[in-house]
Amino acid sequence: MQGFIRTCSLVVALSGAAVAHAADITGAGATFPYPIYSKWAEVYKAKTGVGLNYQSIGSGGGIKQIKAKTVDFGASDMPLKAEDLEKDGLVQFPAVIGGVVPVVNLEGVAPGQMKLTGGVLADIYMGKIKKWNDPAIVALNTSVKLPDENITVVRRADGSGTTFLFTNYLSKVSVEWKDKVGAGTAVQWPEGVGGKGNEGVASYVQRIKGGIGYVEYAYAKKNKMIHLALKNKAGEYVQPDDVTFQAAAAYAEWNKVPGFGEILTDQPGKTSWPITGASFVLMHKVQHDAAKGADVLKFFDWAFKNGQKIAEDLDYVALPPALVKQIDAAWRTSLKDASGQPVLK
Amino acid sequence: MSSHSTALEPGAAPGRGSNGRAADALAAKQPDPPRDSTRTQRFQDALFHQVTRFFAFSVLAILAAIIASLLYGAWPALHEFGAGFPFSAEWNPVTDKFGGLISVYGTLSTSLIALIVAVPVSFGIAIFLTELCPPALRAPLGIAVELLAAVPSIIYGMWGLFVFAPLFADYVQPALSVTLGKLPIIGALFQGPENGIGILSAGLILSVMVVPFIASVTRDVFEVVPGILKESAYGLGATTWEVVWNVVLPYTRVGVIGGVMLGLGRALGETMAVTFVIGNAHRISPSLYEAGNSIASTLANEFAEAASDLHVSSLIALGLILFFVTFVVLALSKILLMRLGRSEGEKT
Repeated sequence: MQGFIRTCSLVVALSGAAVAHAADITGAGATFPYPIYSKWAEVYKAKTGVGLNYQSIGSGGGIKQIKAKTVDFGASDMPLKAEDLEKDGLVQFPAVIGGVVPVVNLEGVAPGQMKLTGGVLADIYMGKIKKWNDPAIVALNTSVKLPDENITVVRRADGSGTTFLFTNYLSKVSVEWKDKVGAGTAVQWPEGVGGKGNEGVASYVQRIKGGIGYVEYAYAKKNKMIHLALKNKAGEYVQPDDVTFQAAAAYAEWNKVPGFGEILTDQPGKTSWPITGASFVLMHKVQHDAAKGADVLKFFDWAFKNGQKIAEDLDYVALPPALVKQIDAAWRTSLKDASGQPVLK
Repeated sequence: MSSHSTALEPGAAPGRGSNGRAADALAAKQPDPPRDSTRTQRFQDALFHQVTRFFAFSVLAILAAIIASLLYGAWPALHEFGAGFPFSAEWNPVTDKFGGLISVYGTLSTSLIALIVAVPVSFGIAIFLTELCPPALRAPLGIAVELLAAVPSIIYGMWGLFVFAPLFADYVQPALSVTLGKLPIIGALFQGPENGIGILSAGLILSVMVVPFIASVTRDVFEVVPGILKESAYGLGATTWEVVWNVVLPYTRVGVIGGVMLGLGRALGETMAVTFVIGNAHRISPSLYEAGNSIASTLANEFAEAASDLHVSSLIALGLILFFVTFVVLALSKILLMRLGRSEGEKT
C-alpha cells in the first residue's frame, strides 16, 4: 500500500515537472556563455517561474539546432554573416562579452608583467620565434629576465569561438598570418600542441615549461595563470579585465554590420583590450509561437538590465547600456509572429 | 507422473514447486498428456530458434547499417578528394581541404608502440602467474590485473596528462634523447621537444591500457595447457624458460594471438586517453616526441564544432577508415590463425 502511495505521488510529481517544463524556454549552443546563462536562468526562474533549458553543445551545434527549429534560440561565439542570417531567416544579437587572454608558463614572471605586440604573438604562433629570449621579445620586455627556453605553442584542438577571436585578431595584425593561416573556429595550425576546451589549453600551459596559450579570461583568472599585456590598436599596452573588455565593446560600431555581427578584435580606443568578443544569440525572424518568442526576449531583456552583477561575479562583461537600447529596437522591428505582428509589444 | 511432466518441460521446472500438485491433478484428467506437451515443446523449440536467430542476424543488420551510414556520410568527402583521401596530409578547415594520412599514421603508430611495449610485459605477467607465482599470490595478482581493465579510459587520460607527462618530460625523455636518440637510424625518433606530450606518450599510455586485456587472456589460455605436458618436459630436465617457449607457447598460440588482437583492437579505437596526451596536432613528424593526432582523437576533438559540411563528411570518412583498418586487422588475424591451424594439422 505504501508502495502504491509512493508510486502515485511520484507520478504526480513527474507530471507536475512536465507541466513546469512546458513553459521553459530552450536554447542550445556555445559553451562559453553557458555558466552565465544558467546563473541568469536560475535567478530568473526564482522570480518569474520561467526556466531555461540550455544545452552547451558548442557554437556549431547551436547554429544547426536553431536552423532545425528544435530550440527557441541558438547561441554562437562567432557571428553569422549577414547573408547567412538572411538565408535562414534569423535574427542575431550579442548577449554577453568576454575576452581572450594569452597566458604563459614562465618562472619568475608575474601576471601582467610581460608585454607582447600582436605581430610578435603571430610570429610565435607561426613558429618563427622559437625561444623566450628571442631579441623581438626581449626588446619589448627590458625589465623582465627571460630564460633561454623553447617556446611551446598551445592552442585549441577542437573548433571554438575562442579560436575564432584569437585567429581573427592575428589576421588583423599580421598579413602573413592572414595569408598563410587565416581565421576560423578551427585552422591549420603551423605550430604547437592542441588541448581540448579552455581547460585543456589551460592545463597544457600549466604543465609545459615555456608554454604559451590562449584562454577565456575567466579561465585564466580562475586558474591564476600568468597572463600577458598586449599592445592595442591605439598603441597602448593594456591588461585584460572587465574595464578594457567593455571599452572595446563601447568603441565598436554595432550599427555598421547587420545582425550586430561586429567582431570586437583590434578595436580603436586607448583602453580597449584587443582580443575581445561577444557571444551571440540567434532566433528566427518569424516566431510561430509568439508567446514563446516573447518569453525568450523577456529573459534576455531582464538579464541585460538586472544581470550585470551576476555577470561580473562570473568574470563576464555585461553589454553597455547604449548597445542594450539598440538591441531592444532591433527586437521590436525584426521579430514578428506568423501574422506579421511584432512579438514584443 | 510428476517427475515425468517436469522432465518434459525442463524450462518450466524452477518455480513450479508450489502449484505442482494442481498441475498433476490437471495432467491426471488429460487422457494423452505426452503428445500435448510434445507439441508445446516443438513450439517452444521453434520459438527459441527464431528468437536466437533474430538476435544473431540483428548483429549483421547493425553492422550493415553502420557501414551504409558511414559510406553515406563520407560520400561528399570521398567524392571531393577522391581515392587519395587516406593518403593526403592536408587538414585545413579554413580552406576546406582534408585528408586522412596524419590521423591514420597517428592511429597506427600509437597502436604499434602500445603493442611493442605491452606484449612482452603481458607475457611476463601471464607466465609468472601460471608458472612461477606462489599459489597464495596468484588470485590477488590476477584480480589486480583484471581490475586495471575496468578503469575508465578517461582516468588513464587524466593520469597521463597530470602525472605521467610531467615525469616523462623531466626524466625519461632527456634520458632517451641521449641514449636511443644517438643511434644512427632510429635516433631521429627520439629527438624533439621534451614536453611529455606526443605520439610516444600516447603509445605508452595505450600500452598500460591494453596490458590487462592481453595479460588476462594469455593467462587464461596458459592455464589450460595440460599439466602432463609440462610435467613431462620438466621431467626431461627442461628449464622453466624451455617449458614456456617449447611447450606452453606452441600449445596456446591461437589463444595468445587472439589476446594480442583484442589488445590491438582496443588500442586502435581508444579515444579519450589518447586525446589527452597525443597533443592533437595535424602534423607528421619523424620524431615520436612531436604531437600528432589519431583518428579517434580527431573525431573526439572536432566533431561537435565542425563548421562546414565537408569537414563533417571528412570526419565521417576518417571513421570509415578506422572501421576498415579494424576490419583488416581482424581479418588478418583470422587468416593467420587458419594458416597456423592448417600447418599444425599437417605436422601431426
